[in-house]
Amino acid sequence: MTSLLIVVIVALLGIAIWQLTKIFDLTQTKHFVGEEYKSQIATDKDNNINGYLMFVFLAFIYILTIYCCVRWGDMPLLNNAASEHGKDVDRLMWISLGVIFFVQIVTQFLLHYFAFINRGHKDKKATFFADNDKLEFVWTIIPVIVLAGLILYGLYAWNNIMHYNDEEEVLYVEVYAKQFGWDIRYSGNDNVLGKANVRFIEGVNAVGVDMSDPNAQDDKMAKELHLPVGKKVVLKMRSQDVLHSAYFPHFRAQMNCVPGMVTQFAMTPTVTTSEMRERQGIVDRVNSINEARNKHSKKLVEKGEAGLEPYVFDYILLCNKICGRSHYNMQAKVVVETESEFRKWLGQQPTLGQQVAEEKAAAQAPAVETQPEVTPEEVQEPQIVVDTTAVVAQVIK
Amino acid sequence: MSAVGHELTHDHSHDDHHHKETFVTKYIFSQDHKMISKQFLITGIVMGIIGIAMSLLFRIQIAWPEESFKVFSWLLGDDFAPGGVMRNDIYLAIVTMHGTIMVFFVLTAGLSGTFSNLLIPLQIGARDMASGFMNMLSYWIFLLSCIIMLSSLFIETGPASAGWTIYPPLSAVPEAIPGSGTGMTLWLISMALFIAQSLMGSLNYVVTVLNLRTKGMTMTRMPLIVWALWITALIGIVSFPVLLSAALLLIMDRSFGTSFFLSDIYLAGEVLHYQGGSPVLFEHLFWFLGHPEVYIVILPAMGISSEVISTNARKPIFGYRAMITSLLAIAFLSTIVWGHHMFVSGMNPFLGSVFTFTTLLIAIPSAVKAFNWITTLWKGNLQMNPGMLFSIGMVSTFISGGLTGIILGDSTLDINVHDTYFVIAHFHLVMGISALYGMFAGIYHWFPKMFGRMMNKNLGYIHFWVTAVCSYGVFLPMHFIGMAGLPRRYYTNSAFPMFDDMIDVNIVITMFALVGAAFQLVFLFNFFYSIFYGKKASQNPWRATSLEWTTPVEHIHGNWPGEIPEVHRWAYDYSKPGYDEDFVPQTVPLRDGEKDGGHH
Repeated sequence: MTSLLIVVIVALLGIAIWQLTKIFDLTQTKHFVGEEYKSQIATDKDNNINGYLMFVFLAFIYILTIYCCVRWGDMPLLNNAASEHGKDVDRLMWISLGVIFFVQIVTQFLLHYFAFINRGHKDKKATFFADNDKLEFVWTIIPVIVLAGLILYGLYAWNNIMHYNDEEEVLYVEVYAKQFGWDIRYSGNDNVLGKANVRFIEGVNAVGVDMSDPNAQDDKMAKELHLPVGKKVVLKMRSQDVLHSAYFPHFRAQMNCVPGMVTQFAMTPTVTTSEMRERQGIVDRVNSINEARNKHSKKLVEKGEAGLEPYVFDYILLCNKICGRSHYNMQAKVVVETESEFRKWLGQQPTLGQQVAEEKAAAQAPAVETQPEVTPEEVQEPQIVVDTTAVVAQVIK
Repeated sequence: MSAVGHELTHDHSHDDHHHKETFVTKYIFSQDHKMISKQFLITGIVMGIIGIAMSLLFRIQIAWPEESFKVFSWLLGDDFAPGGVMRNDIYLAIVTMHGTIMVFFVLTAGLSGTFSNLLIPLQIGARDMASGFMNMLSYWIFLLSCIIMLSSLFIETGPASAGWTIYPPLSAVPEAIPGSGTGMTLWLISMALFIAQSLMGSLNYVVTVLNLRTKGMTMTRMPLIVWALWITALIGIVSFPVLLSAALLLIMDRSFGTSFFLSDIYLAGEVLHYQGGSPVLFEHLFWFLGHPEVYIVILPAMGISSEVISTNARKPIFGYRAMITSLLAIAFLSTIVWGHHMFVSGMNPFLGSVFTFTTLLIAIPSAVKAFNWITTLWKGNLQMNPGMLFSIGMVSTFISGGLTGIILGDSTLDINVHDTYFVIAHFHLVMGISALYGMFAGIYHWFPKMFGRMMNKNLGYIHFWVTAVCSYGVFLPMHFIGMAGLPRRYYTNSAFPMFDDMIDVNIVITMFALVGAAFQLVFLFNFFYSIFYGKKASQNPWRATSLEWTTPVEHIHGNWPGEIPEVHRWAYDYSKPGYDEDFVPQTVPLRDGEKDGGHH
């Protein structure tokens, strides 16, 4: 029934448009008896109508831009950067946006205004104006100067972001991506990540750490990325299956995770999670999000489903490279805390050496009769073919 | 050189004149460039309908992720959309197919295939393409590649789903996503054929322009559209083979156990045997085509706009030589900027600096072009035909979309907006909408040349204004959700509370998309209706100067009934002082003391 209705509406719309053009046609053919085809070329009336519409359209672009800025202009990527280099990125972003808005407003005005003011008339003749070297020079050199500035600033910032001093005291953390989640590995007391390769994946050793490497024993695994504030952290990234991209929007940080390769991104978080939650910009945003969530929640409750929890701000790690069916939901929480809080949290995590040893012990222990039921899938041990001659564990640092 | 070529084709086509053409040789296996151009156009339009319809499906999904829609069940079937809810891998499949179809099949083959075939011989004064047979072959291979690409929609595991950029390992391993099974194989075969047809076409265009120009048609007297199409063909010849090699290596990895792009993969509880390859290598090979590809798409649209704006402004195009220089500069730069798609791919950051530099340089020739178009309008006598409106619209969207390129081309800023909706907004405006506008402008403008009839002007106006409003309505707000950090290719944004207040933007965007797409029906109706019932066109309806309007309205094989006309001046003598008419065709000899090329 609804489909029939849609078909009827579309048909009626079609007829309405057709009738409208027929009316236009009838009003015009009168002036061009004998030269029928000419009615299909613009007449003075067309030029007038469309010339004015050009002006209206210019207004539309401006109003839409302003509306977007007001309505959705609270852009989290432009304010409240939570990392040291983030301030540079934001400044460059604002400068670039300034240039863009200025050029956009001026050129769109010129384009549409010229289209309006020069709209055709049958008694008019255009000015033969084919070339002017001075003008060409002017609008070559202006972009050259503006871009030179942007390029220089951009390259300066890029080099600062991408290069970190090896001598500096830094924290090494591995961000490990897989379909569809993240694992975090801390380098432990020695601050050296143990070697790893996917061919070592087994049980709790989910990221394939080479347990024969002495540096690997004190590595620690986690599901959340905890970072101490004010300390440079070098995120070493790996992927076990397909390309992923570790995207930390609040920290202005992103790097792809590439199977077979270790990539990295260094940054210094500058604002703890709890400090960020109190920032006015973030408070406003959280309120606006919760408003939307409340609305949505009410609808869900009406349908008899569970409502939504209110949103509390947290830093977040998302996957930003198409990676499969659940790409849209590959996330991890990022917590920035004070050095002491961080040490305390890290101290509570067991080392990988302990975990592997415990797992081995559990496997060797005689099976207990009251073992909980497990599905056949879980019983199936993943088959790991480790060709030791071929395995070259990746040196993470 | 041109004189010799002219003689050759002349003789050849005189023989052709007396051939009796059957239905098959005239309409199906035609070697006539005008017929091949129509074949490309109509195939391109059909692919365009499919590509745009797909975009509506995923726009509906993003706007209302929790609802079920009957339209999903109808179009996708119960397997791909059980109970009217689109499966998440099918969402990615549709996104992938939309990108592939629009970029390659509509805006590459549909746009430059159509207008290169139609305009190159007609505007340079040639009887046909250098090789009519290769030209015909090019179309039929294109059609075959379309059919293979579309057939992948009907297989059980679904079509390719790794994004139109088909990055391995996702595209290489069927365990990673179902679409990487047979769907991906068909994608690769189709694309290999597509590249073959593209090369055949491009070689033909390049050779035709170099060798078959009529007497007096020097390179610097050619209309800008011919320059644009010629340069487009050159870029295609340089870059498409690299994608072919990438596709072949990927086929080897997928089917013959090699490891060009794959290494150290653990999937579905198993270590795969691949070792030593790198997905980053694939990214380099892909973007070595992928970036020039966007210029393959946009240059013909720029050429069309230059032509249509000048004709309808009744004014010479401003800065003809600067326009050619900037086309060449864009073409050259386009081949050395591919790395800006890979700032965060894990490649050496030093390369990032180099690519930032080369990328931002492209803004200079682009700015020159934009300012030249605007100046062409200045003090013109603008004839607001639908073609003209779309050309002005093209300049507008090219500026709006191009400007945000200075954010994305800057490695520092790209870190943060890479692969977000900001990117989608940018490239859709600058090469999607702009190129479509160019294509529409070309269709409205050269329809009388193609079909001997006029399209309905008022339907054209309705089509333009609604499309113009909806294009900005879709893509302007999209920049803002991009700057809120929303990643592209997400099946739903509801998994992150952080994006919950974006839902209304997404609904607004989808509404504009639906309305905009619905009004393309006005164009479709106008197009097909006018082919049969449009008003008869006169020989030169737009009062243009270029050679194609000196051919008779009825198509004949060989284009001109008698001698090929000789050319005496450039193509932009509009409103030239000293002439009564406001246009002087290229075939009119220069008067004593009259200067050519915009000087007077």
